[in-house]
Amino acid sequence: MLSYTLRRLLGAVPTLFVIVTVAFFLVRFAPGGPFDLEQPLAPQVLENLRRAYRLDQPLYLQYLDYLGKLVRGDFGPSYVAIDFTVGEMLRRALPYSVTLGLSALVLAIIGGVAAGVFAALRQNSAADYSVMTVATVGVTVPNFVVAPVLQLVFGLMLGLLPLGGWGDGDLAHLVMPTVALALPQMAVIARLTRSSMIEALRADHIRTLRACGLPGHVVVRHALKGALLPVISYLGPAAAALVTGSVVIEKIFAIPGVGAYFVEGALNRDYTLVMGTVVTLAGFVVVFNLLVDLAYAALDPRVRYD
Amino acid sequence: MTDGSLIPETAEALHAPAGRSLFSLAVRRLLRNRAAVAGGIILALVTVFCVVGPWLSPHPYDRVYRSYVGVPPSLERYPKESALAGAMAEALQRARLAMADFQVDGDHFSVTLRSDKPIDPRSTRYIDRLDEFSDTRVVATRDDGRALVVEGHVNRQLFLMGTDRSGRDLMTRIMVGGRISFLVGLLATVVSLVIGVAYGAVAGFAGGRIDDLMMRFVDVLYSLPFVFFVILLVVYFGRDFVLIFVAIGAVEWLDMARIVRGQTLALKRREFVQAAEALGVATAGILRRHIVPNLLGPVVVFVTLMVPKIILLESFLSFLGLGVQAPLTSWGVLISEGAANIQSAPYLIIFPSVFFVATLFALNFIGDGLRDALDPRDR
Repeated sequence: MLSYTLRRLLGAVPTLFVIVTVAFFLVRFAPGGPFDLEQPLAPQVLENLRRAYRLDQPLYLQYLDYLGKLVRGDFGPSYVAIDFTVGEMLRRALPYSVTLGLSALVLAIIGGVAAGVFAALRQNSAADYSVMTVATVGVTVPNFVVAPVLQLVFGLMLGLLPLGGWGDGDLAHLVMPTVALALPQMAVIARLTRSSMIEALRADHIRTLRACGLPGHVVVRHALKGALLPVISYLGPAAAALVTGSVVIEKIFAIPGVGAYFVEGALNRDYTLVMGTVVTLAGFVVVFNLLVDLAYAALDPRVRYD
Repeated sequence: MTDGSLIPETAEALHAPAGRSLFSLAVRRLLRNRAAVAGGIILALVTVFCVVGPWLSPHPYDRVYRSYVGVPPSLERYPKESALAGAMAEALQRARLAMADFQVDGDHFSVTLRSDKPIDPRSTRYIDRLDEFSDTRVVATRDDGRALVVEGHVNRQLFLMGTDRSGRDLMTRIMVGGRISFLVGLLATVVSLVIGVAYGAVAGFAGGRIDDLMMRFVDVLYSLPFVFFVILLVVYFGRDFVLIFVAIGAVEWLDMARIVRGQTLALKRREFVQAAEALGVATAGILRRHIVPNLLGPVVVFVTLMVPKIILLESFLSFLGLGVQAPLTSWGVLISEGAANIQSAPYLIIFPSVFFVATLFALNFIGDGLRDALDPRDR
């Protein structure tokens, strides 16, 4: 188990390396730069700026320089937000994104598993069909449609919740973005749980438990253990989808998170800010995938540690 | 049929049961799936609406009607009768003329223009400039040119789904946006299909170490949040229509490669392939006759599930303002515009969303139906 963990950890390093490299060269080979302002800068000023940020050096040197600093946790200065380092900006933005992302993930798992088990236990009943219809809607309707509709209904028509912003992170401000972000993933998890739960309930060992006369909730608990494995392995892609979705959700609800910085940085050609956000978000996805794999290996004895 | 030599040919043809190929069985199963059939009908209707609609629509998709900015959906034609006199007064005010005796009779109007000085007949252009009136012409001149009687045509426009914030007909824009969304979905799917099938088939057929290496590469790519790279590509290299679908297709081929590789590996070990090998059929022949036709099922299923995914992704980009550029539009752009005006004009988000969601639903149902129909294990 330990060597498996170590090897998976080592396996994540090349992935992160690929991310950093691709992002770095993609950003640098693109036309335009962070100092392309509406009023062109004087040549001397531009020259000095480029020298100050070491943009005048050969690309491979810049790349090595960036890698070296990145390893030491330095994301470099922002080119557009003067006097701010990308590290500072990320530290300020991360709490919002992490809070939003984690609450959405928790909501998606709890809501999805509950709905899936509920539907599976009443297979082919009206309750099952209605839960699954709602889930299909959830899978199909993207969150950039759900979010404005939620705003319209709960913010404007009913006036129950604030339309956007973060407030001081209170529940009222958090509800709509979390629900909008979690809904598609909740629907996928519900569908997954339902089908794997139905399969698990038909398994021999569950039939044996039933035959021995164990009470229903004990049987369900045993079936759920096996049924949750596919759900756990879906959590990696789910986290990636949540990270992507947060870009839109943060924009719609005006939350100053990492996703918002990513779009801003990309539009301003703020090289270091884009790199910083991409590396952070991608790193988060990679680490999460790693955790999911480890959890899966720990839970499923069929996974071999070789 | 080989032992039918004793029976006359015609009789045998009469009594032979209708052949049931795998294909006809699949079609039969698909047609029994009501959700899939409903999805197919909806998809066909939406496609016809989007493809044929713009030719039949009286409004070009980029025509701006300044007189009808943000009018709500209505079955009545614009302009409203009560608004005509006001519009004419406004036009004449701009021309610094006084209005008298304004009359509307069906699709024709007549009005008398008055001024202290002789009126330039070209002033009628001020009337034509409005969306409400056209073909204005002078029919009589009185008081030494200080009064003109002009007649013209009243344009009646129908905006079934209203107009957007710039005064463009929403229904036509939904049709054109649908064309773009479908086109991006199909083209990006083709791109990912070509890359994915080629990559997967090579990996599966080569097997061994090459397969390991190629699939390891796919695994690494899998854990990258690729949407960010698509966004970067689109931001840095311009919002080019071709770039959008190539970029999307280039990141969406991973699933296809995995599926095709798995199928190829499984097929390679099947008896009919071994039999063909034993009979000395060339590799190309085996590929053409056995591998590719058997790959078709899963690939078709995957494609139907892929198109909605890509339409979704394109809309996601458009929503962020990184999709196709104005005046061209796509469903994502329309939904984004609707979301911005949700308070004042909710119909701007409702209509595009209905088409968008209906299409995604239909495609998903068809995909699920096809999977059930083509996968003999789930029978």
